[in-house]
Amino acid sequence: MKNGRDPVIVGVADAALEGGKFVTKASVLGHAALVAKAAVEEAGLELSDVDGLLTAGMWGVPGPGQLATVTLGEYLNIMPTFVDGTNIGGSAFEAHVAHAAMALREGYCEVALIVYSSDQKSLRSRNLGGRPSVLSMQHETPYGMPTPVGGYAMAAQRHMHEYGTTSENLAEIAVATRKWAQLNPDATRRDPLSIDDVLSSTMISEPLHLLDCCLVTDGAGAIVMTTAERAKDLETKPVAVKGYGEAHTHWAIGEMPDLARLLPAQRAGERAMKMAGVSHSDIDVVEIYDSFTITVLLSLEALGFCKTGEGGDFVSGQRTAPGGAFPMNTSGGGLSALHPGMFGMFLLIEAARQLRGEGGERQVEGAETALVHGTGGTLSSGATVILQKD
Amino acid sequence: MSSEKPLPVIDHDSAPYWEAARQGRLDIPLCGDCGKHHFYPRSVCPYCHSDNLRFETVSGRGEVHTFTIARRPAGPAFADDVPYVVALIELEEGPRMMSRIQTDDPEKVHIGAKVEVTFVKATDEVTFPNFKII
Repeated sequence: MKNGRDPVIVGVADAALEGGKFVTKASVLGHAALVAKAAVEEAGLELSDVDGLLTAGMWGVPGPGQLATVTLGEYLNIMPTFVDGTNIGGSAFEAHVAHAAMALREGYCEVALIVYSSDQKSLRSRNLGGRPSVLSMQHETPYGMPTPVGGYAMAAQRHMHEYGTTSENLAEIAVATRKWAQLNPDATRRDPLSIDDVLSSTMISEPLHLLDCCLVTDGAGAIVMTTAERAKDLETKPVAVKGYGEAHTHWAIGEMPDLARLLPAQRAGERAMKMAGVSHSDIDVVEIYDSFTITVLLSLEALGFCKTGEGGDFVSGQRTAPGGAFPMNTSGGGLSALHPGMFGMFLLIEAARQLRGEGGERQVEGAETALVHGTGGTLSSGATVILQKD
Repeated sequence: MSSEKPLPVIDHDSAPYWEAARQGRLDIPLCGDCGKHHFYPRSVCPYCHSDNLRFETVSGRGEVHTFTIARRPAGPAFADDVPYVVALIELEEGPRMMSRIQTDDPEKVHIGAKVEVTFVKATDEVTFPNFKII
């Protein structure tokens, strides 16, 4: 049943990178403002039309980043009357889409702007020393837990133990994702990659190799949402937000209820697909958070694309590569395109572009329905969005 | 060296646990209502949400639930330790706790390996429960 207040995405934008670093010189907030302006302009709107502001980030903490929407609103000189600074890690932006969708349906806002920016690569600010050992982290950080890779490694180890998943299975994901990156002129890593290359890359935290891990880059992205009714007056190809769900279980990996099952993805995915009224066979393109190869494998199982324990078989034979049966992570993902700390924003941007038919060489033919799933923290949070060509 | 490594910021929930470790005991909270042990120590039972909790000394035995061999250190403070084994230990009493496996041969560590607690003094205030394969 269509309704004039159904939420749609009407603008997306991301910042140009060269070698994983911003091309334009600006502060982290400057990059946020530039992509916000670009996304709003793509939608045929102006920043002064924005009455809903949603953001999450890692900048300015401790300090102005603690009140991220407030600081960003100040920088843009706007006065939003709906705000959401939900930060559940890299999946925050999928949750933001859900929250903006609810606010739009409710009439609580008319134009929602979701923004992310990080200059971690340029600043060399990626935290390598582990998380401050306060509260729950006092029981992990002092043991030399490599964060976040160690937690993902422990989940991979457990999945291998329970289901016989192999490092080759995980490498299939990295290789297929690189093939998509080779079709994306904006991707950071486009050189050829083989399964042997992944397996012979430096072991970081067993069983995860360097090439099982995402890139560390800068990045900024923005999404503009409004109602279907408002979108009629805009010269843009709206993408409908048909379903959404979110959940989280733990932060410290020691508190993960089952290290071989990604419960937040299961819960969020079920809810989103039910709301959208779609089944797995309706999904034409899938964008899944790939902080590490194991993240993808666990997500595929939890989202129900295959049975628990069968993820290794599911990704074998390059099924997720261009031309494969299951087009996934079509930008080149966090593994090969960009990963500015919280990648979920860029999954949404890529899905919107695919549904608008703007994928260029990497366009998935006939893509009408996309599933986007973000994971944040240490397999902690999950948020799913179902998008459809309007 | 050890003085440069991150130390736990001890709080009211965790103080009895760290004090016991300093004295060479593994004490974790036990719920007086549902009868379950939990870890990490909280002021409310994570299972039944009772606040009727007390610390109890446990066996110190368990098994490796999962682990990773860190080939790259978690920051410069751990550089001298590489390779080292960080493991999630499932205690006989049920809860899981993160720790280190003390071993000369990280390759021998496997899921399901039986382990026993051993205490490693870091400072006058902090002693870490680590585990050894038995």
